[in-house]
Amino acid sequence: MPGLLEALRDAVGPALFYGAVSPVLKIAVLLFLGVLPLISYLTLAERKILGFLQVRTGPNRVGPWGLLQPIADVLKLLVKEDVIPNQAVRWAFVLGPCLVVAPAFIILGVIPFGPPSGSEGAPSLFIADVNVALLFVIATATIGVYGLIIGGWASNSKFSLLGGLRSAAQMISYEVPQGLALVGPLLLAGSMSLVDIVEVQRDGRLWFFVPQFVAFFIYMVAGVAESNRNPFDLPEAESELVAGYHTEYSGMRFALFFLGEYANMIVVSAVAVTLFLGGWLPPFPSVEALSFLHLSFLPAGLAGLLWFSAKLSVFLFVYIWFRGTFPRYRFDQLMDLGWKWLIPLALANILLTGLLKLLT
Amino acid sequence: MEPPQTSPRQTLLGLEEMELNFGPQHPSTHGVLRLKLRVDGERIVDCYPIIGYLHRGTEKLFELHPFFQNVPHTDRMDYVAAATNNLAYVGAVEKLCGLVVPPRARYIRTLLSELQRISSHLLWLATHAIDIGAMTPFFYTFRERELILDLFEQYCGARLTLNCMRPGGQPYDLPAGWVELCREFVEDFPSKVDEYEGLLTENRIWKKRTVGVGVLSAETALEYGVTGPMLRGSGVAWDLRKAEPYDAYPEVEFDIAVRHNGDTYDRYLVRMDEMRQAARIITQCLDQLPEGPIMAKRPRVLKAPKASEAYYAIEGPKGEIGFYIVGDGTPNPHRCRVRPPSFMNLQVLPEMVRGDLVSDLVAVIGTTDIVLGEVDR
Repeated sequence: MPGLLEALRDAVGPALFYGAVSPVLKIAVLLFLGVLPLISYLTLAERKILGFLQVRTGPNRVGPWGLLQPIADVLKLLVKEDVIPNQAVRWAFVLGPCLVVAPAFIILGVIPFGPPSGSEGAPSLFIADVNVALLFVIATATIGVYGLIIGGWASNSKFSLLGGLRSAAQMISYEVPQGLALVGPLLLAGSMSLVDIVEVQRDGRLWFFVPQFVAFFIYMVAGVAESNRNPFDLPEAESELVAGYHTEYSGMRFALFFLGEYANMIVVSAVAVTLFLGGWLPPFPSVEALSFLHLSFLPAGLAGLLWFSAKLSVFLFVYIWFRGTFPRYRFDQLMDLGWKWLIPLALANILLTGLLKLLT
Repeated sequence: MEPPQTSPRQTLLGLEEMELNFGPQHPSTHGVLRLKLRVDGERIVDCYPIIGYLHRGTEKLFELHPFFQNVPHTDRMDYVAAATNNLAYVGAVEKLCGLVVPPRARYIRTLLSELQRISSHLLWLATHAIDIGAMTPFFYTFRERELILDLFEQYCGARLTLNCMRPGGQPYDLPAGWVELCREFVEDFPSKVDEYEGLLTENRIWKKRTVGVGVLSAETALEYGVTGPMLRGSGVAWDLRKAEPYDAYPEVEFDIAVRHNGDTYDRYLVRMDEMRQAARIITQCLDQLPEGPIMAKRPRVLKAPKASEAYYAIEGPKGEIGFYIVGDGTPNPHRCRVRPPSFMNLQVLPEMVRGDLVSDLVAVIGTTDIVLGEVDR
């Protein structure tokens, strides 16, 4: 495999290789070997864990332990009839789901899944180390909400419309505390590059969720709301709005909304891992006695990836755990929580962090 | 009957109200209830229930069959609480024809109807919680409901449409081992109720969604003829099991569960209490179960006296379920009118949701605990 890559590099020239071929290859690998299987198996994990919480077994018919269930689901969704209602606004109806999925995937481009490579030529475990990555994440995540609004409006159904309205209000009010929560780690790290932020946590020997636990808490609450998950799953509350904004969607278009939701869960968790839990770093990197946690028998990149995945899984498990435990908030209560509690709290946190930064 | 036609009013911001058709195919209308809503954003301006999608002419059907053959019709009215429907119907027939039920049969009836009360409340809790977004209680309650259905199955062979009572007594005696199984269940059951309460009672979000939502004052409740846990949640301690005791209820000890705020949360607490009380009643019935015959002496063909009438009501899981039967000397009832608790309780729904949000509507429909089979008959 490395031989093949080197041959390719020699064939197209290093400039083109590092500029275009390598990123495209990485994107392809990330999408088709990383994210898509992760999402489809996340659905299986969710059903299994929910089953465990709810004294039942979850899927167990397709393949051993239900392991082929996601594949069966995807196949089913692919061959289903794709209905576009007569009264729908066609172009917007088609555009909606794409606008939900694309931003979530784009954000993954700046997430560092592992450390940058030490030597020239060896691949780093991220697609791009952008110097304004944090801004990029916030900006791109914002686009997703348009998908929901457009989808809800274009369906020309009252339940969809109400779902779209809810998601608009919810996501706009939760983006504010989410963005404000990210300012804390940003102040501590002094850089917007996600790779830099992780490296500051390594050098400072402290993950940011310790000094920034308020920001961490706000970010997680806002993140759950942002990805429309229980207890903030109002836009698609099936017992109230049938299925909210995706009431009229079917087949693969419906699946795209789902894909978007799960991709968003992964993105929100990945950003949280990077900013607050030290990204690819092992726990307590400076404690001698725990140095076995570095997994130094593995290649450096792989160990980092493993730690990153482990932390990500914890977040995803918590998401699913929420779903098994909480009832749903009401619309106005959700807004109350966002505007009256999270935003003032986030502002206070920024103020405090800034003061501490100034004094030390 | 169609709702009065009014043109959409302008709201404060100069926007029009929206008319929203809620049901009959909607996940949380508990069957085929249809609500015509006028909403301003998500706030409900008016609510107009439209019923009849499950109308099967049950009351007319009663006139076409002899008294004995009418019991299965009652199963299909409130189909999650067949035993109490049976009990109200056979009670009315017994009152009409002057049959005296032997003590053992009375105890078996009490056992069955209290088990039914638990299973009906379990189903209510499951759907109510899932409407509010808490998914897990659904599975926990169904685990216990399954055990009750097993007990029913052992007694009469059916799990849902029980057809388990006859005018004059009980068709079967309790099978061997049933008492032990039932005892095992009720001994374990209060700890399961603790489990449900652990998930919900002190849950912040649950309280936010239910406290102060769908408030029903005692006066309104009485005006509309609301009965059952709905009435007791509003502070009126009216329970037919105490007010007009029937079957084994005079001989057992239990408390009427009452709460005073009349909101969704209080009705939730009332029903949780009732499940505990039901377990208490069942334990006492099992302890005191008398021996003896299970069927009164009765003619092969039961005929009501000429120009006779009787109304007999019991405390069902959802409220007062009563049958008014007119006899004309033939083996068939001349007329049979049902007083269904779901129908009466549903009437008060618009009063409870006006001015609330669509999300509250769902919680309030859940808390009224309607079964459309009984509303429409």
